[in-house]
Amino acid sequence: MCGIVGLFLKDKSLEPQLGAMLSDMLVTMTDRGPDSAGIAIYGAPSAGRAKLTVQSAKPAIDFAGIEALLKPVDASVTVELKSTHAVIEANSAQASAVRELLAQERPDVRVMGSGDSVEIYKEVGLPKDVVSRFGIRAMGGTHGIGHTRMATESAVTTLGAHPFSTGADQCLVHNGSLSNHNNLRRELVREGMTFETQNDSEVAAAYLTAEMAKGKDLGQALTGALDDLDGFFTFVVGTKSGFGVVRDPIACKPAVMAETDQYIAFGSEYRALVNLPGIEDARVWEPEPATVYFWDHEKAA
Amino acid sequence: MNVSLKRESLEAMRTFDLATMPLRDLNSALHTIAPGTNDTSFEVVNPRGSHSVAVGIDQPVTVEVHGSVGYYCAGMNDGGTVTVHGSAGPGVAENMMSGTVVIEGDASQYAGATGRGGLLVVKGNAASRCGISMKGIDIVVHGNIGHMSAFMGQSGHLVVLGDAGEALGDSLYEAKLFVRGAVKSLGADCIQKEMKPKHLKLLAGLLEKAGVTDVKPEEFKRYGSARTLYNFNIDNADAY
Repeated sequence: MCGIVGLFLKDKSLEPQLGAMLSDMLVTMTDRGPDSAGIAIYGAPSAGRAKLTVQSAKPAIDFAGIEALLKPVDASVTVELKSTHAVIEANSAQASAVRELLAQERPDVRVMGSGDSVEIYKEVGLPKDVVSRFGIRAMGGTHGIGHTRMATESAVTTLGAHPFSTGADQCLVHNGSLSNHNNLRRELVREGMTFETQNDSEVAAAYLTAEMAKGKDLGQALTGALDDLDGFFTFVVGTKSGFGVVRDPIACKPAVMAETDQYIAFGSEYRALVNLPGIEDARVWEPEPATVYFWDHEKAA
Repeated sequence: MNVSLKRESLEAMRTFDLATMPLRDLNSALHTIAPGTNDTSFEVVNPRGSHSVAVGIDQPVTVEVHGSVGYYCAGMNDGGTVTVHGSAGPGVAENMMSGTVVIEGDASQYAGATGRGGLLVVKGNAASRCGISMKGIDIVVHGNIGHMSAFMGQSGHLVVLGDAGEALGDSLYEAKLFVRGAVKSLGADCIQKEMKPKHLKLLAGLLEKAGVTDVKPEEFKRYGSARTLYNFNIDNADAY
């Protein structure tokens, strides 16, 4: 059992409240999983700038002087410290050089997510504590996903928390357990993917990243997942402009969606959705088994 | 004094606002009904997807729930009448013994699971595994039902005015299934059976009990067990 939530805004006037809305939804799901919590927020990208969200178990040591350390490769680099996490912004052209230098000089720092717009925060602990230590409520954005974990397939650690990000501006949250993840991980490693954990959900994220790298869009990659992933899953997936949902054919893992003119929302339970504006008049439905749902800001009219 | 109190309670409907009161207050009140009391009408507002609303009723009370509920609403109901003016989460009316549960909206997975008696009416759609392992309950769904419904159903009746999903009635025992629309696929050992006059009569009674007036029994098809899985067959040994 885990709790997952997602929110894809259609109404721009709600964007400043994305973090607050998503935090409330996630905190409501606390009793579905107390082990760890995480949230991915897609903010407005700024032209020519890239973002890197990193984490350290010893932030006082690892993040000390980090901005000065990175300046030589990109004078425009900025670092915002948030508890155990830091968000590094750099010129897109220098982003990989910044990342290389960081890996070399601060080898214990872990990358949570990278891209033009996504910021990912996750830690061991309850959703209310995780969202408050990172100040998630104050964050705006276009869409976001969150997860509260009851661990089954790998250890309760920061890296084992969701969302898993395996590609630029991509992330995935999972309720369920996969049974063919070891085999699939070996195949993906052969294709050049790297893994941080022994977690099954990370394999699902990497699978989608690999499929999208071959030219598929999110919807096509999720359709492929129905054939190639074995086990129980309800996935909610974010990309730079898109938001997708898919459930396995057995569909044991709960899922409720709601749509109004202002948003598309996902919750493991209806409880997660009850505070959203206009929920009384929303179209509320359960996503069908083995059916791919996805929405894209860029493809929307 | 007692007389006037009694008169008042005849009319009184007790309201539980779950936005301000704990669920325990509601369920405790439902579990401490004195036999023979007239104080049997309850109203629940702001359920907001709460779990276990009105579970374990064992007296002929009436509960009107205004809004949508979460897991296991009206579970183990024995004699109560529970109406949800909204949708219900997983396991609504699971293991019902007797009484009536009506969902005005949709029901999530395993509605009426393992029910031993009583009537469950879903006015919208029911998701997967509706009536799984049913053991005497009657379920009437106005809309469609999802996959693996009536799996291992032992007795009772499942009536579906709309369509049924994949693997209807898989490994069915003696539950009787009536579907008006399309069946995506039948599960192992579930077959279509002839609708005889006695079945039409039975179905007419179920529809009437569920307040369905605009649909005729003749519009349904009947499904039941082929009874080929009841006993071990040595020819199937390779399959295990």
